[in-house]
Amino acid sequence: MVNTKNIVREPLFHVSKRDELSFGKKTIVYVASVFCALLIGAIICSIASPKGNPVMFFVSLFEGVFASSRSIWEMLRDMALLLSVSMALLPAFKMRFWNLGGNGQILMGGLAANVCLITLGGVIGDFWVVLLSVIASMVVGAIWAVIPAIFKALFNANESLFTLMMNYIAQCCVTLFIAIVVKGGSSVLTDDQLPQGGRLPIVGNQFLLTIIVGALIFGFMFIYTKYTKGGYELAVVGDSQNTAKYVGIKVKSVIIRTLAISGAICGIVGLLVTSGNYANAAIGVGSAKNMGFTAIMTTWLGNCNPIMILVSCALVSFINKGMPQVRMAFKLKGESFSNLVVGIIYFFIIACSFIIQYKITFSKKKKEAK
Amino acid sequence: MKKLLTLVLTVVMAVGCCFGLASCGKGDPVVALICLHGEESSYDKNFIDAFEAACEAKGLSEDQYDIITGIPEEGDDCYNKAVQFASSGYKAVFADSFGHEANMIKAAKEFPEVHFCHATGTKSSLSLDNDATNDTPANFHNAFASIYEGRYLAGVAAGLKLVELYGDDITDDEAKIGYVGAHPYAEVISGYTSFFLGVKSIVPNVTMEVKYTYSWYDELKEKASALALINNGAKLVSGHADSMGVPAACKEKNVPNVFYNGTTTEDTFVIASKINWQPYFEMMIDGALGKGTIVKDYCGNLSTGSVQITALGKAAAEGTQAKLDDVKAKLISGEIKVFNTANFTVRNAKADTSAFSKAGAITMDADGHLTAYLADVIDVGDYVGETNVIANGVFEESKHRSAPYFDIVIDGITIGADVE
Repeated sequence: MVNTKNIVREPLFHVSKRDELSFGKKTIVYVASVFCALLIGAIICSIASPKGNPVMFFVSLFEGVFASSRSIWEMLRDMALLLSVSMALLPAFKMRFWNLGGNGQILMGGLAANVCLITLGGVIGDFWVVLLSVIASMVVGAIWAVIPAIFKALFNANESLFTLMMNYIAQCCVTLFIAIVVKGGSSVLTDDQLPQGGRLPIVGNQFLLTIIVGALIFGFMFIYTKYTKGGYELAVVGDSQNTAKYVGIKVKSVIIRTLAISGAICGIVGLLVTSGNYANAAIGVGSAKNMGFTAIMTTWLGNCNPIMILVSCALVSFINKGMPQVRMAFKLKGESFSNLVVGIIYFFIIACSFIIQYKITFSKKKKEAK
Repeated sequence: MKKLLTLVLTVVMAVGCCFGLASCGKGDPVVALICLHGEESSYDKNFIDAFEAACEAKGLSEDQYDIITGIPEEGDDCYNKAVQFASSGYKAVFADSFGHEANMIKAAKEFPEVHFCHATGTKSSLSLDNDATNDTPANFHNAFASIYEGRYLAGVAAGLKLVELYGDDITDDEAKIGYVGAHPYAEVISGYTSFFLGVKSIVPNVTMEVKYTYSWYDELKEKASALALINNGAKLVSGHADSMGVPAACKEKNVPNVFYNGTTTEDTFVIASKINWQPYFEMMIDGALGKGTIVKDYCGNLSTGSVQITALGKAAAEGTQAKLDDVKAKLISGEIKVFNTANFTVRNAKADTSAFSKAGAITMDADGHLTAYLADVIDVGDYVGETNVIANGVFEESKHRSAPYFDIVIDGITIGADVE
């Protein structure tokens, strides 16, 4: 029998909080992890595909984004949308309110815009349709976020589940709307069933308006969270509700107000992905393009810092835009493989934020004298 | 260490970019395919396989065609991809999903020298009517196939199976079949009606229950619907949706199954019908290369090879092949018309008072047979029928437009409650 009493078992490694890394070091870790992720993606694609090599992966990834000025515009537009949604989630997250309902708020905003367009387009002046669409999408998006906020503020209901549930209700609302409008039963609303008048104007090209709105939202949220009383209050509420109470902040109204802003911005995104869409203004259950969830990741990766969120949105948009080109170049006809690669890339980026915050210390092996 | 890694990777990137510049001079691109989903979906796989086969048959090298998957119907992704293909030299672009149509028309207007082709769409029939306000550009094309002929043949095989199982004196209870449909619109209704009429040509007292899933791909719901149909007494189940849900349910309950767009190796598999897009894609490639024209609103059929039935499965009845060959020849010669109005009645549809009733468009004689029907052939979003599609005692499906417009629920078919 072995005497186990005297053997001190030490874990192989332990994790401890790291001191703040310098900006340079942080950057190096981030850049390195992104490149590692891409390299692994490249290797996996090369193995999976009958043709292609790791170099081609990088080439086609960049080709997908920088092939033409048009694809660059597309990426910037997608990035502006994702950034807007991230900015919508930012104040909620700073307040430790986990708004997982971005998708639903976008859908409801888009739905409101579509309802305005289909009922008022051509009936009243285009300017008024646009104005009403803007107001309606903001209000409806805000309502969709405020409902769970009220329940959180008054009854302390779990906001993650509540906002998540609101996503599905929003989807059902869109399905219902389509079923009412599209009497043929195809469950697809097509662009030509909507009036041309009363859509958002084309500024410069089909992408610029969205990019400008995204920039404005970014600027607004940057200032709001950093330099305003409201932004300060929500940060305090996020840190400690009791502290907030004692310094005289009305916690309940801060929660509701913040979510109203969050939802209104998502509503604007909904408006942009429908009425502002040059080729197809019609809403569908997939109109939110899952941005409500992707933005959770970008906001989190950006550590709730607007500038860092901008960077992570750029990265995610870049990968999303480049991957279809990779799929095409590698003759991968299924989507699952490229989704796997995107997943790996995300995983690496998330893992690197762990490395930045914590350090892993391996236990030194002690040699016992016999 | 990390710096070293960064350095190494930067070098890799730099080299990659050089290769990228070097690889720019590939063969002239010809055709591109835009798919809603990837080859995980049997619907898209059917297009992808046919597209590759057509490109190979026409001698295109791999550089000359491209397939992009996962382009949603919502938003403008399809338009942007179509424009990207057009501006990088492709001569023809094909999109495979109904919701892509508006995107493709928009792109077609901007690139008049490039062909934009679209499956299952309805807009090209507009231009046939010389309606100037709704004209689609000449370089925009719709395509479909008279798949109802294939489904009719599959129905004949199903009828023979019922006769094999229950004999010639088949009772009403034994003559019950089931059908799982995706959405309640013409493409699906036309499909199950032709299938039903195929069965009816063998088993005159057949009745059919239809359940909708309201999704093109929902494996669990398709399976649950099929099981519910079997529980309601269906002796054979077919369907029109893109997953393997129905065959799985049939296997579980050991009930014969008629499939669509693919085959299964199960003992319960009778036969399947499918649209073969290869003939269309070959025409499209010829058109793209300037060797031929692309038909504005193309409808492939049995004789073009666009409509096919698969090899018989293990569950097919004895003598099925001979009968199918006979019926197929008669369909091609025109001796048999699938939607011959003498073969079905529409009393229930005429008596329908629900919101989606087609009663207003139906004119029938004392026996309940259709004598006139106003179908919504010219799709301007009004859902009001304007074209009488009955001629010489036949409902002329896919004649006025390639996409189906038979949307009457005929007598003998009942719509069952949805399965949750």
